[in-house]
Amino acid sequence: MSAATTSHPLLRVDRLTKHFPVRGGLPGRRQVVQAVDDVSFEVWAGETLGIVGESGCGKSTTARLLMHLVRPDSGTIAFDGKTLGSAMSRRDLHRQMQMVFQDSYSSLNPRLPAAVSIAFGPLVHGVAKPAALGRAADLLQAVGLDPVVFANRYPHELSGGQRQRINVARALALEPRLVILDEAVSALDKSIEAQVLNLLLDLKDRFDLTYVFISHDLNVVRFISDRVMVMYLGKVVELGPVNWIYRQPRHPYTRALLSAMPSMNPRRRTMAAPLFGDPPNPINPPSGCRFRTRCPYAEAICAALQPELAEMPGEDGRAIACHIHRPGSGHSRATQAGLAA
Amino acid sequence: MVEVPAVPVSPLDAAEAVGRAQQSKGYWQRVRTRLRQDKVTLAMAAVLALLLVMVIFAPYFTLHDPYDGSVLRRLKPVGTPGYWLGTDEVGRDLWSRMLYGGRLSLLAGVVPVASALLIGGFLGTLAGYSGGLVNSAVMRLADVLYAFPSVLLAIAITGILGSGLRNTIIALTAAFVPPIIRISESVTTQARHLDFVEAARASGAGVLMIIRYHILNNVLGPILVYATSLISISIILSAGLSFLGLGVTPPHPEWGLMLNSLRQALWVDPVICAMPGVMIFITSMCFNLLSDGLRQAMDVRL
Repeated sequence: MSAATTSHPLLRVDRLTKHFPVRGGLPGRRQVVQAVDDVSFEVWAGETLGIVGESGCGKSTTARLLMHLVRPDSGTIAFDGKTLGSAMSRRDLHRQMQMVFQDSYSSLNPRLPAAVSIAFGPLVHGVAKPAALGRAADLLQAVGLDPVVFANRYPHELSGGQRQRINVARALALEPRLVILDEAVSALDKSIEAQVLNLLLDLKDRFDLTYVFISHDLNVVRFISDRVMVMYLGKVVELGPVNWIYRQPRHPYTRALLSAMPSMNPRRRTMAAPLFGDPPNPINPPSGCRFRTRCPYAEAICAALQPELAEMPGEDGRAIACHIHRPGSGHSRATQAGLAA
Repeated sequence: MVEVPAVPVSPLDAAEAVGRAQQSKGYWQRVRTRLRQDKVTLAMAAVLALLLVMVIFAPYFTLHDPYDGSVLRRLKPVGTPGYWLGTDEVGRDLWSRMLYGGRLSLLAGVVPVASALLIGGFLGTLAGYSGGLVNSAVMRLADVLYAFPSVLLAIAITGILGSGLRNTIIALTAAFVPPIIRISESVTTQARHLDFVEAARASGAGVLMIIRYHILNNVLGPILVYATSLISISIILSAGLSFLGLGVTPPHPEWGLMLNSLRQALWVDPVICAMPGVMIFITSMCFNLLSDGLRQAMDVRL
């Protein structure tokens, strides 16, 4: 892993929290959706951090918070050691960090030709129009689209894969060091998805990029990520190198999530009982551990105390937020060696 | 400004890339091709152009002075020798008055709408894009103006400023600003929440850049179509103001004013009475169809 190459992470997120107020409801009682609650993690230069979780677990809100498209209620984001807001302006951040959105159609202006959509970022940052369009043509080439054919095409004249390539080109136009891919390939056909994934890997090498890859597709995340962060109801439940997470998931939620993944091998049927129901309402999350309502191992301690994300010794920096994996937490299984893999 | 270094991507250098990018069909080229295929829009443009030329060069297209009346030839019917469109209630050549009247009417129809479009469009898109406090401030102001019927508002303003073409234009502009603010605010609010605006914000763009590149091209269509529908209303309203003695004063020819004064002769010769109305109808219809066609030609998605 590239963790050793630099002394500080490219992106450090510290106790990021965003609660959205809910409209309506009972008068006088202000309710909030705890979309992202006290989330901390780091992204090292050159790596790909995958973020997985069910819908509504706060993946996309995290992405928007990182891009400062929504303002966090509390918590800090530091890029390359510089804290956003004090040492770094929003504008500077956007030069370094870009995002590819999920919906390739609605994230392109239907009335701008592809080249102008791509050139917009450089134009904003003071590049002259011919130069910006020239860069757009270069980038079209880089994402595998011939500028002669595609520069003046409008979004409705392109296929989903082509549109997503243009979205990628737009994200690269400002030469960012970090790109957030928010479900960037989820809406594509499997064959196109594979092409775009390979393109993303190529571009990463070519431009020395760092990715934050958000997806609900566990196979895709496994393919592209170096480290994986599992989220549940606005919280990080498990974080660690991709092999540790996929081969030896420890948090009960991660285990359930991975066991729900169909195997290609018919002999390895999913035997474990799946989780039932939907995640609880994020307006009123359960006390203590948020997963306890669906967790097969929940005990009194889980309702009483919120487990903190704690690093597992000897597991390459894997961290888990679960009482089971914390000796002396009061959970009956905590004295054993945690959940055996 | 931060200078962004060039991307060391491909063997193409910038100049060559621009050149290659420009080889494919440009936007305006496409619009032109599509307009050329749209016969209705072309016809409407031709009629309006003809009207404009005839109105501006009225002396070359008329035989009589529009002010020259005579009791002896009052209300001659259409087809009278020398007065092919007949004469009005004081015996003036109707054809001359129609052309000369077009000068004031077109001015009173187009100028207020155009200026209201600038003011209202600016305020509306600003309110729609900013949201929050700015939106509330602008929209409540528009609501206050909206509470008055537009005729009443125009009358009040000309009443304060005094009569005359200039004040009519100011009054009508004020009357048209609120509905245009409304329309542009609502379409902008819709556009603001789309992903590509978010993506534009994510590139660090300021409000003006986003409005220029991402909002205007998506909201201009509906606003323009609505504005052109106001042109005919503007002509009628300015006529109403003239009738009340607040706009153009007799004996100056103006379509609305002529419509009002010929009203008395409705039972004598309805065809003559309808003539100024026909002109208003033709003009406004041309504007409506033209704007519709332009919007269609300029809409890249169709």
